[in-house]
Amino acid sequence: MQDDAALLSISGLRLSYGATEVLKGLDLEARRGEMTFIIGPSGSGKSSLLRCCNRLEEPSAGRILIAGEDITKPGANLNRIRRRIGMVFQSFNLYPHMTAAGNVRLALQKVLKKSRSEADAIAMAQLDRVGLSGHAHQYPAQLSGGQQQRVAIARALALEPAIMLFDEPTSALDPELVGEVLKVMRALKDDGMTMVVVSHEMRFARSAADQVVFIAEGRIVETGPPEQIFENPQVQRTRDFVAQAEH
Amino acid sequence: MSRTEVFLDTFFNAAVMRQYLPDIIDGFFVTCQIAILVVVSGLGLGLVLAIVRSFRISAINAPLIVFVDVLRSLPPLVLILILYFGLPNIGVLLSGYIVLWLVLTLVLAAFAEEIFWAGILSVNAGQWQAARSTGMGYLQTLIYVILPQAVRLTIAPLTNRTIAITKNTALGMVIGVGELLNQATTAQSFAGNATPMMMATVAYLILFVPVVYLGRWIETRFAWKHA
Ligand SMILES: Nc1ncnc2c1ncn2[C@@H]1O[C@H](COP(=O)(O)OP(=O)(O)OP(=O)(O)O)[C@@H](O)[C@H]1O
Ligand SMILES: [Mg+2]
Repeated sequence: MQDDAALLSISGLRLSYGATEVLKGLDLEARRGEMTFIIGPSGSGKSSLLRCCNRLEEPSAGRILIAGEDITKPGANLNRIRRRIGMVFQSFNLYPHMTAAGNVRLALQKVLKKSRSEADAIAMAQLDRVGLSGHAHQYPAQLSGGQQQRVAIARALALEPAIMLFDEPTSALDPELVGEVLKVMRALKDDGMTMVVVSHEMRFARSAADQVVFIAEGRIVETGPPEQIFENPQVQRTRDFVAQAEH
Repeated sequence: MSRTEVFLDTFFNAAVMRQYLPDIIDGFFVTCQIAILVVVSGLGLGLVLAIVRSFRISAINAPLIVFVDVLRSLPPLVLILILYFGLPNIGVLLSGYIVLWLVLTLVLAAFAEEIFWAGILSVNAGQWQAARSTGMGYLQTLIYVILPQAVRLTIAPLTNRTIAITKNTALGMVIGVGELLNQATTAQSFAGNATPMMMATVAYLILFVPVVYLGRWIETRFAWKHA
């Protein structure tokens, strides 16, 4: 069962908010260096699934392994696990009271205990990587949405995560700003980063994803390479969703 | 004497001014001192209480909320009289100065706790998620990410409340603290003239008008940086 190349391995994952179960037993593997794309209707549990992967949400059942380490077992060191898992949010969630560099530096200094100058050097390198070295000293409010999201990506990358989770990274952006964020994500993939991406950017999925997972109502309906999911879905439910989403 | 002369003689009598200026200055400094102490300890304690509350431990929060609500409900003068005249009966003797400082500190802390807490709650949940997802602990997230934003959101109510409570240093008069109002009323009765009270009024303005402007300045400065 356990694929050696699976960096993220989820089995039997369940999650409830109060009495309502929103994840109803999910099994999913994301292989090293691959981009796993998650699509599905609103409210199907995509965000919840990602939040479980770094235990921002407490699953009620199931196991999640990251690089072979069980992050769901009792007593797992959450803060140590989380810094190995980069997360990027729809609404960027940059710290508004800190500059771009300050945003990237914070966890380096407070979690990895790096010195200010060390953290600064890493922050500059990561901002450069997302094409924003010229904006290091600007506050989020002074940056465009696309720039803010790239800062958020740099903030996650600075901790050298084993895997990056993206929750609708371009959904809050004006259409003309989507491309710059997708470009950064593609460059990350080319660098060999393992990524799990929740997104409605179907065209990007077709060209960049290695695996597409269709989720509806807390269950995985179909998993396959993008050609299968988009050209030749095996399940009617997938077919309906893809047809409606592509319009 | 004309009406104008009577007026000036009553409120702006130069001889009275000269005679009582040293007392008024003494009172001014006592008021300043208590005010600064109350602001520092009151806001500090309020912040600590809000942080404690954010851990949401019900065994601690239940009494904490009762404490805060009681202190916000009672007139500070009632607390001052209870502590100053009541406590000696059970063998606890506190000076008027200490009672005034303690009561105003606790009252300011109670209001500040509520304001800080509302600020903490109003910071977007995404900020918590972002910080925690980088491996920062709860307290680290609170201190470096949440509180700086919470404080910014609460500057306006916080300065208003701080000024309102600090003005209550005048209650020290009732329990013999040699603060500004006490000096002024004493001088007024000795001089049989309202001039000392006018001097105290001016002294209060000198003390509080800058604070009002400081609050406004902080507010606009942070608002600009934020948005
Ligand atoms: N914190 C929460 N408390 C209670 N219910 C929640 C919470 N977060 C999400 N839900 C509910 O759980 C279900 C799944 O939500 P989730 O955000 O994971 O869906 P999603 O697939 O990401 O949707 P979207 O495409 O709209 O982002 C929804 O019905 C949602 O209303
Ligand atoms: Mg979502």
